[in-house]
Amino acid sequence: MPVDLFAQALNGLAYGVLLFLLSVGLTLIFGMLDVVNLAHGSFYMLGAYAGLSLIAGTGNFWLALLLAPLAVGLVGALVEVTCLRPLYRRPPLDQVLLTFGFIYLFEDLVKWIWGGRIRSIPPPDLFSGSVSVWGAIIPSYRLFVIVFGLVMAVLLWLLIERTRLGAIIRAGVFDAEMTGGLGINIRRVFTAVFAFGAALGGLSGVIAGPIQSAYPSMGVAILIPALIVVVVGGLGSLKGSLVGSLVIGQAETFGKAWLPDAAMLIIYVVMATVMLVRPQGLFGRPLK
Amino acid sequence: MTARLIGFAALVVLAALFPLVAGNYPVKLLQEILIWGIFAMSLDVLMGYAGMVSFGHSAFFGIGGYVAALALAENPGLVSALVLPALAAGLAALVIGFFSIRVSGVYFIMLTLAFSQMFYAYAFQVSWLGAEDGIVGIPRPALPGVDLANIRSFHGYLLGLFVVVALGLWRVVRSPFGHVLRGIHENEARMEAVGYAVDRYKLLAFAIAGVFAGLAGSLYAQFNGSITPDAFFWTTSGEALLMVIIGGTGTLGGAVLGAAAFILLQSLVSTYTERWMLILGVTFILFVLFVPGGIVGALRGRVGLRA
Repeated sequence: MPVDLFAQALNGLAYGVLLFLLSVGLTLIFGMLDVVNLAHGSFYMLGAYAGLSLIAGTGNFWLALLLAPLAVGLVGALVEVTCLRPLYRRPPLDQVLLTFGFIYLFEDLVKWIWGGRIRSIPPPDLFSGSVSVWGAIIPSYRLFVIVFGLVMAVLLWLLIERTRLGAIIRAGVFDAEMTGGLGINIRRVFTAVFAFGAALGGLSGVIAGPIQSAYPSMGVAILIPALIVVVVGGLGSLKGSLVGSLVIGQAETFGKAWLPDAAMLIIYVVMATVMLVRPQGLFGRPLK
Repeated sequence: MTARLIGFAALVVLAALFPLVAGNYPVKLLQEILIWGIFAMSLDVLMGYAGMVSFGHSAFFGIGGYVAALALAENPGLVSALVLPALAAGLAALVIGFFSIRVSGVYFIMLTLAFSQMFYAYAFQVSWLGAEDGIVGIPRPALPGVDLANIRSFHGYLLGLFVVVALGLWRVVRSPFGHVLRGIHENEARMEAVGYAVDRYKLLAFAIAGVFAGLAGSLYAQFNGSITPDAFFWTTSGEALLMVIIGGTGTLGGAVLGAAAFILLQSLVSTYTERWMLILGVTFILFVLFVPGGIVGALRGRVGLRA
């Protein structure tokens, strides 16, 4: 039993890390632009499909892992500049509604280009087998996902806490207008953060590909857990998004194993509990 | 006001006479517009008047549909068709609302979204609700002397209910209660400061919206003779939201107009192309960007139509 438990925990960790990569983009965009990007799941889906085509075209998973997020980031920049920017003066909900429209657009676009059926994505050759970790047999790709995600978490932390760009982002999250007043081109930072968040969404899509395959409704399917993560962790908080992802990852994985009938409900129960006790989330700033 | 009532009455008469001149397909489209019109109006009370943008309105639509399906199978009467679904949805709205109104803005959006997905997950999983396939073969209510299986009698039944709901909701938004809701929309802190129990008003608005969404869901189940977990899915909330935005938030007529535009566009576009969702998404994005007041807002600006 303990071996099973351990394997479950690793699976939950892989899922949690995936959720982290996704939700960190969501939470950065919210922190900076005050926009809950409902199309974030669509970026994830676009990443998976871009990865699919790039792997098929180049035969190289690692190249796809590099290029697909760039492509998705570009799409994100385009969305921000053409559609979101004119809306910053409007009530914030208009921007949420706009991103909602993009869910429809992207999902149908993907169906048009790649068709509606499930497409499996092969893991890179290096991680196509299984390994035994203290008696638990798990696919080596999942181990890679865990390590990759944790390395990304550290890199993101360094970027945000230790670089000039990170300082600008933190300042912008705190008070965008004031940061603009200090001579930072805040518009460009907005575009960059949105594109960066979208690229992270795309990156998590490529990473998720070999585990979850690619299908058009995958974006919406992952959006709900990602939103729950940021609600649990606290909107706009990097640390919250890490802790929230790991909690939700474990809750969902263990729920599926132990209480299959109630599995889909567990993450909502976690969320409702957190919202009742601490409406701003575990690490969020107090609600106004 | 009299002019608007006369206009409304004229439209109702036209809708009532419609089956006499039109074939089955257009009549069914009109019936769908009436049902979705009720659903969109209920959402508009919440979002256009009280300023609470909910992404989880499908929860009540689905509850109404499923309760009607279960109740009508037991006892095909009006209580099963209308009262129970509306009450169950209203009750669920009280519970969900109790949690959701503690937060606002994007948190409210996400919480309501999560609650509705919870119902979707449940309905999708459990066998007593038919799991993935939902419930089929739902009978229409049996009324003495009227056969609702007949498309024309069903049309009368739907239209009658629509008129009652539209007038009822119109009464609600024009009542002192409705004005308090608008006040909350404009400036919640001030309403609180002048002594209104804002939370209680919001909860009541949420419950009222839930009741009518439940009624719409029940009518939808009766119309189709079936209900699936998709009724709970976020796209159902999304479609109602699109209708309200396209029609114009904060006007009940706009919600119905939006429902009509949505359903007519859908049936028109689907005959030419499979890319309905794409066109829907683009239409919606263009409306948010360029026509924030919706069709009604645009008309007002053009011909100086007044609220």
